[in-house]
Amino acid sequence: MHSVSMTVNNMVVSGDIEGRTLLVEFLRETLRLTGTHVGCDTSQCGACTVHVNGLSVKSCAMFAFQAEGTEVTTIEGVADGDKLHPMQEAFRTNHGLQCGFCTPGMVMTALALVNENPELTETDVRIGLEGNLCRCTGYQNIVKSILDGAKALRSQT
Amino acid sequence: MKPSAFKYVKPDSIRSVLEIISTNENVKILAGGQSLMPMINMRFVLPDVVLDLSQIPGMNEIKFSGESIKIGAMTRQREIIESKLLIKNCPLFVEATSLIGHRQTRNWGTIGGSLCHLDPSAELPVVARALDAVIHIESIRGKRKLAVADLPLFYMTPAIEPDELVTEIEFTPWSAGHGWGFFEFSRRVGDFAIVSAAALIELERSKTVCRASLVLGGVGSGPVRCKEAEEILLNYSEPDLIEKVCDSLRNIEVGGDSQASTKYRRHLIGVMTKRALRTAFERAQQPVIS
Amino acid sequence: MDTLIGENRNRLEDFTLLRGQAIFLDDIKIPLMKECAFLRSPHPHALIKSIDLAPALKIPGVETIFLYDDIVSFFGTNQMPFDQGDFVAPKWSYPIILPQYEVCFVGEAIAMVVAENRYIAEDAVNAIRVDYEPLPAVSDCRDGLRNDSCFVHQSSNRNEIGSIIATYGDCDPCFNSELFSFSLSLKQHRGGAHPMEGRGVIASYDPKNKFMCVWSSTQKPHKLRNVLSELFQMEEEYVRVILPEVGGGFGAKAAIYPEELIVAFASRKLGCPLKWTEDRREHFLSAIQERDQYWSVEVAFDSNGILAAIRGTAIHDQGAYTLAEFNIPYNCAYAVPGPYIVPNYHMEVKVVETNKVATVPVRGAGFPEANFVMERIMDHIANDLGIDRAEIRRRNLIPVDRIPYEVPLKARDGKPMIYDSGDFIGCLDHALKVSSYQEFSSQQQAALAEGRYIGIGVSNMLKVTGRGPFEGGMVKISRTGTVTIATGAAAMGQGTKTFLATICATELGLCPSQIKVITGDTSLIMHGVGGFASRQAVTAGNAVHLASRQVRQKALLVSSHILERPADDLYLADGKVQDKKDSTINLPFSEISKACSGAKGYPLPDGVAPGLEKTVYFEPKNLAYANASHVAEVEVDTDTGYVSINKYLVINDSGRIINPVIVNGQIRGGVAHGIGNALLEWMGYDGDAQPVVTTFAEYLLPTSNDVPNIEIYHFPTLAKNPIGVKGVGEVGTICAAATVISAVENALRPFNVQISEAPISPERLVELIHQ
Repeated sequence: MHSVSMTVNNMVVSGDIEGRTLLVEFLRETLRLTGTHVGCDTSQCGACTVHVNGLSVKSCAMFAFQAEGTEVTTIEGVADGDKLHPMQEAFRTNHGLQCGFCTPGMVMTALALVNENPELTETDVRIGLEGNLCRCTGYQNIVKSILDGAKALRSQT
Repeated sequence: MKPSAFKYVKPDSIRSVLEIISTNENVKILAGGQSLMPMINMRFVLPDVVLDLSQIPGMNEIKFSGESIKIGAMTRQREIIESKLLIKNCPLFVEATSLIGHRQTRNWGTIGGSLCHLDPSAELPVVARALDAVIHIESIRGKRKLAVADLPLFYMTPAIEPDELVTEIEFTPWSAGHGWGFFEFSRRVGDFAIVSAAALIELERSKTVCRASLVLGGVGSGPVRCKEAEEILLNYSEPDLIEKVCDSLRNIEVGGDSQASTKYRRHLIGVMTKRALRTAFERAQQPVIS
Repeated sequence: MDTLIGENRNRLEDFTLLRGQAIFLDDIKIPLMKECAFLRSPHPHALIKSIDLAPALKIPGVETIFLYDDIVSFFGTNQMPFDQGDFVAPKWSYPIILPQYEVCFVGEAIAMVVAENRYIAEDAVNAIRVDYEPLPAVSDCRDGLRNDSCFVHQSSNRNEIGSIIATYGDCDPCFNSELFSFSLSLKQHRGGAHPMEGRGVIASYDPKNKFMCVWSSTQKPHKLRNVLSELFQMEEEYVRVILPEVGGGFGAKAAIYPEELIVAFASRKLGCPLKWTEDRREHFLSAIQERDQYWSVEVAFDSNGILAAIRGTAIHDQGAYTLAEFNIPYNCAYAVPGPYIVPNYHMEVKVVETNKVATVPVRGAGFPEANFVMERIMDHIANDLGIDRAEIRRRNLIPVDRIPYEVPLKARDGKPMIYDSGDFIGCLDHALKVSSYQEFSSQQQAALAEGRYIGIGVSNMLKVTGRGPFEGGMVKISRTGTVTIATGAAAMGQGTKTFLATICATELGLCPSQIKVITGDTSLIMHGVGGFASRQAVTAGNAVHLASRQVRQKALLVSSHILERPADDLYLADGKVQDKKDSTINLPFSEISKACSGAKGYPLPDGVAPGLEKTVYFEPKNLAYANASHVAEVEVDTDTGYVSINKYLVINDSGRIINPVIVNGQIRGGVAHGIGNALLEWMGYDGDAQPVVTTFAEYLLPTSNDVPNIEIYHFPTLAKNPIGVKGVGEVGTICAAATVISAVENALRPFNVQISEAPISPERLVELIHQ
């Protein structure tokens, strides 16, 4: 067991873990931030997507030690208390989720996409979601949510 | 599906990496890990030591000496896609890299990792081969260079010794005004290519081919350079040239698996080559904007 | 007071889900809880010669390992409890908890490790040494029927373990007449369920109170409770199953699995909480699938394309065990006619075992397969006669004036198959109109001139929904004045809580957001059936509707006593019972609730039972048949075989719609699943029954780039139940594959391509184009 530390959702955190501990495990088990989900363990489904230093990554395909000293953002760090982030609000009003298991990964991917390209188009969104699987929605409302969320974010600035 | 136990080390210098890999057995070098991690999670790979390169300074630089471009092995795929230097001097590299995996994996995956993983359908080995790239390798025994042509030993096995570390990849960009094309067929956006084709073309007076490079991915255990086709391309400009080139590819040895048969891959070779060459020709014929 | 039903409404579930605050199975952590992992067979068929646990038990952090002997010495049986229905499978096909010496599919659980955490549990699984003697295996169900085939189980004497025959009329004369006829061979594959969250179970046995609490990511919490109760011989009151947030089901979680029983057993044995979470590879190897079928049908029809008879056989891959009654084969045999008039019909579905994981329903339950057969038949008739494909369908659909229509077959519940509602031709015509179907051929000609191959496909479907026997709803106004619903319905993403709250709110004069809904907690409602077969809006919806209505009446009755006003002058609004004329005369729900629990020593008013609550178990008298017409436009890249879907349109009749937002979401998700079945999803096995697909890199779920925007129009006719609802969960899936494949075939007409399989891969299309 070795100590790892990083900043998660603006809090400096640390924990004693094995070298083989995946980042997603550290978030879920050590920090008890269980909003980040594991859907496949092979970096295909994107349910485990978080931000590391502002970039979207799949936290099942990273060891916690690889994130040492980085800034990590998870779904729990997105809303402002009980006030949903405009992107979350857009998912809510567009029925962009059903079972909700892929949703944290979708929202984190969406935020990274919009961050990179605030003016993104439907095609940009669809291609941008290449690494996120959803079995429930058929994606249409997720795409709509992200476009709406992007719009809401643009009007904020 | 959780990794087996191993020792995790994160050295901060190349020297220290070389010492560790020369004195330990069964070390897995972790660059970005985007191909390696699923294998470790599935316990297809059971390392004793995982060596993380992320603390070593200077391994993610993209440099242009005026003659050749050097890309550090730890350069993230995303950094390649965003590199103005590469967009200007080697758009093929950028185009192919943007097709690797998913956005999230490109954010973390590295060029060195992808080259060493040597998946038969991976994009980077194909473009590296098309560019006649050379890989820089270091070990406690010294430094050496290895042509990408000589990289594949066999299926997913590069000709790199267990005590060696790939530090960078080097290639000479083609002259301004060259044409490029990279096409791959995958079942879904973001999937591994079933077959890919990379083409580079230089034209004399916008007409005759004076230099050509054509490489296929997904057909054998490593990238396949199509020498015969390149020779057909040279010095010609007739319109049915591309058909002739595709004809010359009929005899390439092709493997099949549960994802695609030999016959289909062979068919796709023609289709992807045609598309890559056509695009390369079109681009080569466009006036150079500087 | 029906204003809330039919309104677009955001879901109550989303606020917690969107912030990552919802608690799924794997998010639950109980002090002292240990984790489990399973050793699974790497062989499709083998004998276990010996198992050496010693190296695994030596690993620090490993608590213990359970095997067959432990199960049998505790339960006295190794048999999984299961319902066989009317179709009796042979003994060897009965599902077992853990195998003694013979494994019959790759992924079959052999041993369970209990350890400090999952990492260590998996270390131990890898350290267990098993000496196997591989046996020959059946991979292809067609091979399983051959005389020289090996058997799936050592104790088998045949692989065909049953056959379902659906028959009426007399087919044979139709084939010895002037009529036209053809025969058709079809191959179908449906793949897996693949909810994004796998299965999982936590069991916590309290030895002092002899109480078992189990959380399971299941579609049938009450069934699990019942099974545990029987197996452990513990009364229902001492076994509580709680449904956490469930990350999708699609059929994979509708079975009761050995893992659930072994984890519960181990917790009871060890007296500590235990958790097992299925990983994706385990889902590929051990969660149920709905798979290969080979159909061979003959069709007789007249020169106008009017059907005279369909007869044929199908071979159905059952997998290695029969987990439930033969429901897929049954549905397949009975559902072929669907919304069409088939005057004479004879279909036999042979149930054949293979050394693969068991097949039970995945979203659609045999209907997608049957629909594919029927819709392929329609296209063939059209092509044979040179009549438009939509026109052929219109000619054969059951006209609205023949509704209710009785199919001369019995439904699975033994009752007559009566289509109670629906306007199939109207639905199709609407689809043709809004899709500008008639104008497509000119677009197609223009595209062809540019070397582009576009095509259009149209299909119709019908699905039985709202299957019984019952579902319950308990509606309660508590002392706090707030309203709670408890139901045996299982929520797993369908917006169950929102639509039940909406139904209840309508009756009680509240906003849906003021109502709490608890799904699948067996301690709050004694009986339940669960989530499958597009049934919960019909069964739980009507139960909650009726219970809410009775709670409302009781609130009025009690208030009428207290306020001394006739009940007719009172109404419910804003959490109060108020006088219609004078709103200052009112009684808050909290007061009414308290009054219903009585005061010490004073009797309750006449006719008032204690508690302001009501539980209703709704037993549907008849099934609700939902129907739809789909239209798809595709373009095929004839060089690569790649298919892109450019347009997709659904005209749907799911009866009265409670919340269009949710219903449309269900349809879109269903269509996406069908698109996967048409073009992408393939659970591959090699000739030895070894799976060649075990990750999402190989198993291609549709992504955001594979599913187009789907236009939806509703064409509702009311079902014969109090609310008038029909199911919707599976409805989008049923004819999506048939529609897409019809469109692909249409695009490739210049090549004379005929498609008789699903999924159709780009490789296969290229092969067909070049034939």
